Amino acid sequence: MEYLIIIIAAIFVNNVVLSQFLGICPFLGVSSKINTSVGMGGAVVFVMVLSTIVTYLLQQYVLNPLNIGYMQTIVFILVIAALVQMVEIILKKISPSLYQALGIFLPLISTNCAVLGTAILVIKHNYNLLEGVVFTAATAVGFGFALVIMAGIREQMELANIPKGMKGIPIALLTAGILSLAFMGFAGIVK
Amino acid sequence: MSAWSNLTRGIIRENPTFVIVLGMCPTLATTTSAINGLGMGLATTFVLLGSNVVISMIARFIPDKVRIPSYIVVIATFVTIVDLLMQAYTQSLYETLGIFIPLIVVNCIVLGRAEAFARKNSVLDSAMDGLGMGIGFTMALTLLGSIREMLGNGSLFNYKFIPGDAILVFILSPGAFIALAYLIALFNKFVKK
Repeated sequence: MEYLIIIIAAIFVNNVVLSQFLGICPFLGVSSKINTSVGMGGAVVFVMVLSTIVTYLLQQYVLNPLNIGYMQTIVFILVIAALVQMVEIILKKISPSLYQALGIFLPLISTNCAVLGTAILVIKHNYNLLEGVVFTAATAVGFGFALVIMAGIREQMELANIPKGMKGIPIALLTAGILSLAFMGFAGIVK
Repeated sequence: MSAWSNLTRGIIRENPTFVIVLGMCPTLATTTSAINGLGMGLATTFVLLGSNVVISMIARFIPDKVRIPSYIVVIATFVTIVDLLMQAYTQSLYETLGIFIPLIVVNCIVLGRAEAFARKNSVLDSAMDGLGMGIGFTMALTLLGSIREMLGNGSLFNYKFIPGDAILVFILSPGAFIALAYLIALFNKFVKK
């Protein structure tokens, strides 16, 4: 039950993109086609869960015992960047087909602030490892969910006649704003 | 003269928020009021200035292959400094901005300037560039924060000029997207030609 609440809260109520404002850059950059958004969503779930496990263990067994919590930012970002690189290399060797599907998104992910943000949030919320992993996976699914919805809308909008100044980023932001209004309807499902 | 143009470039012509459209996460998340936007802008400016100066000094000694991780370490160091300073001296702002202070490290503007400018230019030019970009970013965030605070709360810099309730949604997350969308559209129309 507790896990269910974490999952619903992370996907709908506190959607990572639409109410937490994490990962806006890939959200605006990759969300013009449904196919690519699904690929990006998959890659994000994979990398985020992995990086949360690693950063959590580092925090618990290295940073906390040594009392160097202030090194958190530096350690986490380096670990995430290295991890993304490693995943890319391993995937290329082990599963070329998966690499084909996710490969091009992986370099983009190391600059995705949702990855670092979620790793820090897991520590801040004092989750245990299992709760942390569930929270991270749900957050990542929420990211993919928002991305796919947005891509669906933007595919439709390609044919619309948009005023010149609103083309590109402004209309994407406006769409995201209305989407975010819709997601506010979920507030109150979970206290 | 060139130092001056390096400084002013980031403010309007290559404004990081309105023209290059980088660093959207803190822009949207922290501009719930003018003060918060200003605070976030100044914190980012400090990191930009520091990292630009240090990177322009050490860029010659870093092998090309490991330059990005090295830049990230420099940036993360300055972010940690800001994090600790703000925790010590501006406690309430620190709590409002929350995880977006450590997240300055993944702000694309900072790494972008290191890669595109600081590693190829002198210390003075890089400092000017960092300062200019920082000021441009701070101005954009303060402007967006002011608009959202005025519409959403009827106040500016905590000075309340409309009694009672205002359009609350502008302080909530949808308002951030909508206000920024119209600001960029106006910028496109009147400034960018």
